[in-house]
Amino acid sequence: MGHVELVDLSKSYDKQKSVLDGINLTIEEGEFFVLVGPSGSGKSTLLRMIAGLEEITGGTLKINNETVNHLPPKDRNLSMVFQNYALYPHLNVEQNILFGLRAKKVSKQEQQERLMEAVEMMGLGEYLKRKPRELSGGQRQRVALARSIVSQAPLCLMDEPLSNLDAKLRAHMRIEIRRLQKRLGLTMVYVTHDQVEAMTMGDRIMVLNDGKIQQVGKPIHLYNEPANLFVASFIGSPKMNLGNAVFVEESKELVIENALSIKNNSAYLENIKRTEKLKIGIRAEHIFPATSETATHHLEVVNVEQLGNETIVAFDIGAELWTAKWAGQWSVQVGERVPVKIDMDYLCFFNAKTGDLIRPAHFSKEKEVAAI
Amino acid sequence: MSLPIGKKIVFYTLLIITAAIVFAPTVMAFVMSFMSNKDIMTGSMPSVLTFDNYVKAFNQFPLLQYLFNSFLISIVIMLGQLILSSLAAYAFVFLEFKGRDMLFYLFIATMMVPFEASVIPNFHTIRDLGWIDTYPGLSVPFFAMAFGTFLLRQNFKQIPKELREASLITGMGDFKFYLTVVLPVARTSLVTLGAYGFLTSWNMYLWPLLATTNDSVRTVQIGLKQLQTQEQLNDWGVIMAGAIIVIIPTLILLFLGQKQLQKGLTEGALK
Repeated sequence: MGHVELVDLSKSYDKQKSVLDGINLTIEEGEFFVLVGPSGSGKSTLLRMIAGLEEITGGTLKINNETVNHLPPKDRNLSMVFQNYALYPHLNVEQNILFGLRAKKVSKQEQQERLMEAVEMMGLGEYLKRKPRELSGGQRQRVALARSIVSQAPLCLMDEPLSNLDAKLRAHMRIEIRRLQKRLGLTMVYVTHDQVEAMTMGDRIMVLNDGKIQQVGKPIHLYNEPANLFVASFIGSPKMNLGNAVFVEESKELVIENALSIKNNSAYLENIKRTEKLKIGIRAEHIFPATSETATHHLEVVNVEQLGNETIVAFDIGAELWTAKWAGQWSVQVGERVPVKIDMDYLCFFNAKTGDLIRPAHFSKEKEVAAI
Repeated sequence: MSLPIGKKIVFYTLLIITAAIVFAPTVMAFVMSFMSNKDIMTGSMPSVLTFDNYVKAFNQFPLLQYLFNSFLISIVIMLGQLILSSLAAYAFVFLEFKGRDMLFYLFIATMMVPFEASVIPNFHTIRDLGWIDTYPGLSVPFFAMAFGTFLLRQNFKQIPKELREASLITGMGDFKFYLTVVLPVARTSLVTLGAYGFLTSWNMYLWPLLATTNDSVRTVQIGLKQLQTQEQLNDWGVIMAGAIIVIIPTLILLFLGQKQLQKGLTEGALK
C-alpha cells in the first residue's frame, strides 16, 4: 500500500498530442521519489497532476488509497515548492511562511509555534522581517521550504527547486532537503532534470522520456543496469560510452564502431544472438589505464580534463567520442597514444533497434553476490 | 551625456526658448489672475497686484459647489474604474474560460470607438433612467474602461502563475487571492491608473455639459466656461483666477505622482 498511486495515468492537450501515457507507479510512504528526465519529458506535468494544478485526462490518481482525480489541490493535503519559489513579493518572510496557515484558519498560537519550529530548522531567525527581494537565492529557497514545512502536510512536491542556485549552494541544499525529508518523515516527490541530483537524493528514481516511463528503481540499479539506451546515456556523468558493435565469428572478436575489436573471452556471452544488431555501452570508469603489457588497446587522446582528484580523457572511437575516468592525476597529452584496458565483462549490451538492454555489465552481478 | 560645449549651449538655448513658448500661456494666465481689468485691457504691465479676481470668482459664481461636484464625480469615477478594471483584468489573466483571448481583443477593440460616437446612446440611457442632473448620471457611464483593463492585464500578467498555484494549494479562493496578493503586488499600476482616471474625469467637458441642466451637480469645467459671457466684455482677470484654481488639483497630482505615473504607464509597454 503506497502513499501515492498512479494507475494508467495519462495526459493530453486538446485530445490529440499525448504528453504523458500509461504511467503506473506507486510511491511509498516516507519515500524520497525523484522524477527525472530531459526538458519536455512531462515530468513537471506529472507533478502538477499529482498536485491538482493540471487536469487528469485518463487513469486514476490515488493518495492514501482514495481516488483524488477531481479533488481540488487544497483537499489533497500536500505542500509544494516551486522552481521560482513563488514567494509573495509584498509580504515579509514571516508573513510568507504563515500565509497558507492564515488561509486555513489555524489558531494564532499554533501558527507561532509552527513558525518558530520551521524558522529554527531552516535558520531564518534574523530574516523574519525582510522582504523576499532582500534575500539571496539560498535564503529564498529556505523560506519556500519553511513554508512547506509549516503546512505539516505529509506529502511534499518539489518542482526543480534547486535549479536557480549556484553549484556550491545547490550541493549544500541537496543535503539539507534530504535531511529535512528524513527528519520529518515526509513523502517527497521531487522533479529535476539534473541526474546528479536524482542520483544523490532519491531513494528511488523514475526516468521519464517523451511522456513514457523508461525505468523505475534505486539509483545504483539504474546506474548499473539501465533498462535501455536512453537511461544508459541519461544517468551517470560523464555519460556512458556507447557504440555500434558486431560479433565477428571467425576471429571470435567483437568489433565496435569498426574501430575497436575486443577478444571474446567471456563464456557467458553465449546467449546473445550473434545476428542481432547490437549496441554496447561502457562506463567511463571501466576504461582502465594500463601499462604496455596489460593493455588491450592503444588509443589516441583527443581531450584531457584535469579535475585534480581524477582525470577525464577523451578518445575518438569511430563516430563516437568516448571518455575514460581515471582516479588521480595523469599527465597525458592530446595526440598521445595511451595504453588502455577494455574488458568484455564491463560491457552492457543493448538491442540497437529497440534500445532495450540485453545484458548488463557482468561485474555488477559479481559485486552483488559478494555483498551477500 | 557628454556633448561638446558649443553644442550644449545651442541645445540649451533652444530648449529654454521652446519651454518659454510652451509655458507662456500658463504664466500669462497666472499673472493676469492678479491684475486689474484695466491693466489687462490696455495690455500694459501690471501696475498693482490684487487678489480681487479670486474673491470675485468665488462670489460671482458657485465655484465652491462646482469644485465639490468635480471632486466627488472624479473620485467616484476613479474608484469605479479601478474596481471594474482590476476585476476584469483579473478574469482575463487568472481565470481560464473558452474564448478568453477573443473576448479580450473585442474588449480592446472598443478603444477604437471614440467617446463622441457613444455620447448619444449614453445620453438616451441616462435620460431614460432619469439620471440627468444626478451624480450617477455623470459618473456611471465612465466606469467601464478598456484602457484600464488593458493596462492592468499587462501588469497582472507579470505576476508569476506559481503565486496563484501556491495559493490554490493552501486553499485560497479567487477573490481572496485578488484582494491579498494581486492588488498589493500591482499597487504601482493601480496608483497610475487612479491618477490617470482622476485627471481625465476632472478635465471632462462634453459629457457634464450634456448631462446637467442646472448648477446643482455641474462640474467646474462647465463653470469655467460660464465665467465667459456672451453679451458684455469678458472679465478676463476673473476667468484666469478661476482657471488657476481649477488646475491646482491637477498640478498637485502631477507633482506628487509624476514618477509613479511614468513608471506605471511604461511598465506594461516593456513586455
